[in-house]
This record gives sequence, C-alpha cells and structure tokens, in this order.
Amino acid sequence: MEPKSEGTEGLRSIPALLLRNAAQFGDAPAYREKEFGIWQCWSWKRTADEVEALALGLLNLGVNPGDHIAIIGRNRPSLYYSMVAAQSVGAIPVPLYQDAVAEEMVYVLAHCGARFVIASDQEQVDKVIEIQDDLHQFEHMIYLDPRGLRKYDHSHLHQFSHILDQGRAARDEFLPELERRRSALTYDDTCVMLYTSGTTGKPKGVVLSNRNIIESARAASEFDKLKRTDEVLAYLPMAWVGDFIFSIGQSYWTGFCVNCPESADTLLTDLREIAPTYYFAPPRVFETQLTQITIRMEDASPLKQRMFRHFMAHARKVGPKILDGKSVGLLDRLKYALGELLVYGPLKNAMGFSRVRVGYTAGEAIGPEIFDFYRSLGINLKQLYGQTEASVFITVQPDGEVRSDTVGVPAPGVEIRIAENGEVYYRSPGVFVEYYKNPESTADTKDAEGWVATGDAGFIEESTGHLRIIDRAKDVGQMADGSMFAPKYVENKLKFYPNILEAVVFGAGRDRCVAFINIDLTAVGNWAERNNIAYASYQELAQHPQVLETIKRHIEEVNASVAQDEILSGCQVHRFLVLHKELDADDGEMTRTRKVRRKVIGEKFHDLVDALYDGSDSVYTETEVTYEDGRKGKIKATLKILDAKVVPVTGRMAAE
Amino acid sequence: MKDTEGYVTADGRQIGGVLMEMRNITLKFGGVTAISDISFDIREGEIRAIIGPNGAGKSSMLNIISGFYTPTIGEVWYKGAKRPPMKPYEVARMGVARTFQNIALFEGMTVLDNVMTGRLTHMHAGILSQAIWWGKARDEEIANREKVERVIDFLEIQNIRKTPVGRLPYGLKKRVELARALAAEPSILLLDEPMAGMNVEEKEDMSRFILDVNDEFGTTIALIEHDMGVVMDLSDRVVVMDYGKKIGDGTPEEVRNNQDVIDAYLGVPH
Repeated sequence: MEPKSEGTEGLRSIPALLLRNAAQFGDAPAYREKEFGIWQCWSWKRTADEVEALALGLLNLGVNPGDHIAIIGRNRPSLYYSMVAAQSVGAIPVPLYQDAVAEEMVYVLAHCGARFVIASDQEQVDKVIEIQDDLHQFEHMIYLDPRGLRKYDHSHLHQFSHILDQGRAARDEFLPELERRRSALTYDDTCVMLYTSGTTGKPKGVVLSNRNIIESARAASEFDKLKRTDEVLAYLPMAWVGDFIFSIGQSYWTGFCVNCPESADTLLTDLREIAPTYYFAPPRVFETQLTQITIRMEDASPLKQRMFRHFMAHARKVGPKILDGKSVGLLDRLKYALGELLVYGPLKNAMGFSRVRVGYTAGEAIGPEIFDFYRSLGINLKQLYGQTEASVFITVQPDGEVRSDTVGVPAPGVEIRIAENGEVYYRSPGVFVEYYKNPESTADTKDAEGWVATGDAGFIEESTGHLRIIDRAKDVGQMADGSMFAPKYVENKLKFYPNILEAVVFGAGRDRCVAFINIDLTAVGNWAERNNIAYASYQELAQHPQVLETIKRHIEEVNASVAQDEILSGCQVHRFLVLHKELDADDGEMTRTRKVRRKVIGEKFHDLVDALYDGSDSVYTETEVTYEDGRKGKIKATLKILDAKVVPVTGRMAAE
Repeated sequence: MKDTEGYVTADGRQIGGVLMEMRNITLKFGGVTAISDISFDIREGEIRAIIGPNGAGKSSMLNIISGFYTPTIGEVWYKGAKRPPMKPYEVARMGVARTFQNIALFEGMTVLDNVMTGRLTHMHAGILSQAIWWGKARDEEIANREKVERVIDFLEIQNIRKTPVGRLPYGLKKRVELARALAAEPSILLLDEPMAGMNVEEKEDMSRFILDVNDEFGTTIALIEHDMGVVMDLSDRVVVMDYGKKIGDGTPEEVRNNQDVIDAYLGVPH
C-alpha cells in the first residue's frame, strides 16, 4: 500500500518489470534451462523479445483482454514467459498442476472458462483433448514439444515456435495494439489466478492482482536482501503460489536468474550443478534428501560412518549457534571448521547447498530434527508461513531468530490478529482480491476490513513476538476426556524417522489415539536389501514382521517424547497399522502439494479405523486405486494391527 | 504394387517405394539350411516385422540384412542397386544400424560414450588429431555430441547420461542400445527382439519410442519380435517365417487370418 513504488516508477505489472529489466541489464541471464546436456541461457533482452513475439502471436490468435489462458507443464522458461506474454495482452494466466489427471483439469479449465491452453507436450495435450468436449469456451491449444503430435488435427492446435514466428511476422500489424494493452495494465488488474489445492472440497480460483504480487515480492526481496546475482532452481509445480512468487514475482522484481532442470529425473544433478543461492522447498523435499543421506551413509565404509557421526554430533551442538552469530568457544569453532572441511562441506556440495544464502521451507510444518540437521550444517534454512490467499507471505523468520517451533514474525506490511478461538487472521498488501466466481467463499474467508482467516490455530509468543502454529484449526480437537488433540504434532514427530514416509493420526472424540503409517520404500527397501529380506511388492514389505517391529519401536519412542508435553500427552499412539498403499494425490488422499486429506482418508479407510479401535489384531480390506492414466483398480490386503507401548501420564491427574 | 509406388497405411502414413529387397535368399550352414528361397521387400518409412516360431531363421535373416552373413544363394538389393558382399561396418556406413537380441553394449563405459560409438561411422579425423583432441577431431566431436544429445533427449535418458551401462537395469540397457543405433542416423533400423524380457510398462515405453522414431525421423524399421500384440500394433506389414521358409507376408490383418501362420504358431495335429 505504499504509493511510492507504484506511481513514480510506473512498475505496475510484470510486463512493465520485464521491460525495465531488459532495458537496465538486458544481457544478464533471466532464465537457464538444461537442454541437450548444456545450460541454455535466456538473457532479459531475449526474454523480452520472445515475450513480445508470443504476445503478438496471441493477438493474432484472437486473445481478448480478460481471457484466461491455462498453462500446463513442467518448469520451463517458455512456459514462465508465456504467463508474462499472456499478461502483456491483458489476459490472465492460470497455471495448472501438470500431474493432475484429466478429471481434475476439467473442473479448473471449465471453471475459469479458459479459451486458450499452452501445454508442454503430448501428454498434456492428450489430457486436454480428452476433456475438450466438456469445455465450451476452449478454442486453441499451443504446445511446446512437437514430438508425437505431428499427426494430430491441427485446426485448433499450434506449435509454440510457429506462434512466435507468426507473431514476429505480424509485428507491424499488432504492435500498436500490444503496446496499448500493455500500458493499460494497472496495479489492480489481475496478475495471475491460482487454484488452491484445497484439503477439503473443490479447488478455488484465487485471484491475485499486480499489487498483491509485486508488493509481496518487493517486501520479501528486501527482507532477505535478494540480489540480481542470486540463482534459484525452479522445480516446484508452476501452479503453486510459492513458485509464482519466487520464479516470477521476485525474479522480475530483483532480476535474478531462474534455472529450470533438464527433467524431473535429473533434478538432483541439476541442483548440484546450479548450486542455488536462494532455495525453496517443502519439508517433504528436505525429508527425502535426509533419508537419502542416511541411506548412503549406511552403505559407507566404517571409517566414514564414524567420522560422519562424530562431526554431526558436534554440528548439532554448535552449528545452529554459529549460524545465528551467537558466542561459541574457540575450540568448538576450530572443530567445526575442521568438520566443514571434512564432512559438512562435501555433504552440502553433494546436496547442491554449497552456496545457499537463504533457504525456506513452507507448506507444512517441518520436523524439528530435520530442520536442525540442515541448520547445523551451516545452511541458513528458515521457515515461513504463508498461503495462496496472502501471495505467500504471512510470517517469516528473520536471520538470527530462527527456531524450529515457530514460523517467525509478521512479514513486512503484514498485520496479524488471533481470534477468540485461536484462529490466526492476517491483513496485508498481498491479500487476494477474491475467489473467482465464488463470492460466498470470498465473504467467508475475507471480511470487509480485509482480514483473512487462515484456518490455522496458533498463538503469538509474548516474549519474542513469534507466531506459533499448533495445527489446522479444524483438525485441532478434543479427545473423549477433554484433553487437546493435535494430530499433526505427533505425525511430524513420526515422519522424522526415515522409515516413515507419512503418518495419519486419529483420535478426535475418542479415548485414545491410533495411527496409519506409510513406510518409505527407499529407506525400508534399502534396509531389506542389506538384510537379505526378499519382498515382491510394496504391500508385502509393508507387512513384513520385522518392518512392523521397527515401526513399532519408532512409535514407542515418539510416545515417550509426546508424553513430555503437558498439554498433548494424551496424543500418544496406542495402536497402529502400516497401510498397504502409499497415500496418493491421484486417489484424492493428498493434495497436489502433498498434504494429507485427513477427512477423506478417515472416510475412505473407515474399516481400518474401526478395526484399530475394536481391538482386532488384523483386518482385511479392499481399496480402489487410480492408475496414472485414470484407470481404476483394486488392492486387496490383510493388514496386521499392533499395539504400541504408551507412557502412563500421571502428572496431569496430579495437576488437576 | 510397383517398386517405386508407395501405399498409405491404416493410420494415414504415406509409405514410399522399395528401400531394400531380398531376392530368393537361401542361407546354408554346412548341411543345415537356415533360410530357403525367401523374397520380400522393405519400403521406405514403413515398420516391417519379421515373425516366426523359435528357430525359424529370423535372426539369420536380420544378419543377412546387416551384412553379418552373406547369403549362399540370392541377392540383396538396397536403394535400387544390387549390394555386393560387404563387411558389416561397410553396410553400417550405407545407413543400416541395428540392435542385438542379447545386449551388446560396452558395460564399463557410460551411456554417453556408448551412444557416441554409434557416431563412429561419421567420424573421419585421423588418430593423431583425435589423440590430442585438436582441430578437426574437436570440431567433429562437438558436432557429433550434439547429435548424440538429441538422441538422448529423444529417448529420455538424460538422467543416466553419465552412468556406466553395467549399472543399468535391463530395460534401460535396451533403450541405450536403441540410442546407439539411432545415433548413427540410419536409413534403416534393424531391431532384434527389442521387447524381449521386458515388463508391460517397459514394452509400452519401447513401443512408443519405436513409433516416435519412425514418425519423427522417418526411419524405416525392420524388427523381429515375439510379442504378437506388439507386432500387430506396431507394424505395417509382417513377414512370417517357419523352418526357414516364408509362410506369410502382408498386413497384420492378412497375416492373422492366414491358415499357415495359425498352424505354425498353434501347431497342427499329426
């Protein structure tokens, strides 16, 4: 809401920022993508040139102001600047999750009434063609990779490079119109529309204005002192607000380079080659990397293992303190420096974190042990708390005040209020305009004064001013005896164990808690291999007695740790089972950003929940699964149910 | 159908004139007749399958096409001219590339290096210049590397580019072999059981790659395969062999209804 950045500089839209960047530092890299084994580079000048050609091509196709253009595909420079080209002609880009199945796409495409689709390849084109009869407004589709598409009917299908050529050819004809539309963009025009994955119900189209995106990106860039020379790796779904803010908002504001990996399979190699300075990942990615390191260390020679364990213990002791600039003894510092040389440095290099100046994790709470692991290595990993509706930023952790149990202080320009029931409300320049074609939900979420309900319960620590999130407001419940039930708290503790990929704890309104566990196939598979345990399938491995025994041990350790917490000691897990399938977004059990849909899971597997409570020691179940191409099938399994030891809580009785 | 005339396939692809023709081929090993008096042609741009029960002589036929065997009797015509007896590497230079039934890759070398060997027929720099990697050798290698990278991209094996082949699972090795054959930019590609030993998903991937190669580069493909579903789906025309004789030739539909073929596959009561 600071007018100075609006009026004087005239930077009221992403296309305007692009023109500024091309004029001021046109030769600096804007995008890189690895193709044919080499990092190909787009300078800001080239980006501006291609955006203009594409925008002219879109005009040539008949794009009107206010049209929605869906963008589907993996992170590629052409798709990123397609969004900017769409904005340039007054259209609204709508990035979609590329792994969504056709039925999910049909809802979003029909809801926004997309007339145009820009898709990456045959796979995405096929999905849209499959559903196009249900899309009344859909007219043209543009694809990037022509492979396999030669024989398709091209009456409504266009190759990306041809559109660029047509745009360039029609430059004289359409340039005045392009300039007119581009300069007509105001701060309150829609910048992008992003569909929230929604842990409940149908996705909602969050409308974010240029003001939302640019103000949020500017504030956050200044907060972390981002520079033009920073490097990011764009690998998170383009449909996710975080990626839009980092790879478009902040990149165009500060002018740093966005690097796109060669393919999803080469991600880790590309990460190592680029070594980003500004890095962003959901907890899941950090968990996966830690799991991989743990596995690889188990395969290492005894000497290396001992060295690793010795120095990691030291890092845990002093690493975070050194990172926060607190006083640490000289001897400890020397030992840490030696560790950096022998262990931490090579480890960071192997993970591609050698140059990370600022790293963020968000989307979900991260296990404290995982968080501390990365910080102890000297990686400035911080937490932020955000939402699509806030253009990401609600709270962030300032350097030097990083803790695993809080999500930081309000981001610049953000006000926070805690309601009576503990729900967190915020107001900021980044607050979304509305849910598209959904005034009721808009009114439910955002009040007349601009306060937005987060749906999360939390409180502000009085001594530090940091916000602490307890859980989703609607997930926090009570157990039968009235004690507090916060499933995520327990789940996060469980998920720290490399063997446990996902956990779902039930217990609201019941006398005790039970849990579903998903094993991590990489970690458990590696363990099985080393111990000569044969298994034919995920299902079989999941039900192996030794695996169950290991999981049981993990749960008992977690119970002991939960028992320490006065308020949440009732959340210890009494009984558990290991699920026969991985929870999957394709089956609706998780969101596309991989958050568990507790309610869906509870309903879908109600037979298992019942069995956990009725005391039986095994349960037979059949589950419908969706294959990648949308076909359905059934998995049948008999699952064993085990009891876990709980620590008796006597303290509370005494306190009462 | 005249030699120069093409035809249009069921899915609308234009097939050209005869690229390679086998005329009355007979192949004998001492007293054993592996192939007796077989004639058929392969047309430009088509996917031609050779099928038949075990021991029918399919691989021998492929070996004749690739120049590994010289037929005892008969002629091979290629691009309108009779092909004199040649060494396999000379045949390769004429634009014939192949994969093997039992993978024949350099296990200790990386995928990239293996695929680069497919470019050997296109490299002409002297040994000295190659040893010091200077001048022509360097330019040549860069140009060839680019071609190889396009193949790697096409077959989606970027993530294993630097992995030694010995560490790869079977299905991927098969794909690397295809990559090496493709890197030679052949006019005709011979695939000896490209799907053998693969699971359903790998077969689907491989089928897609074969179709894409044919579609994208217009490469003529001759393949031997046992999986009838795959053969009937992929190929435009099929030659059926049994005990060294040709017992059928035509579109998958014609072959499927050919009584001799049915007998050869299902057996007949004696």
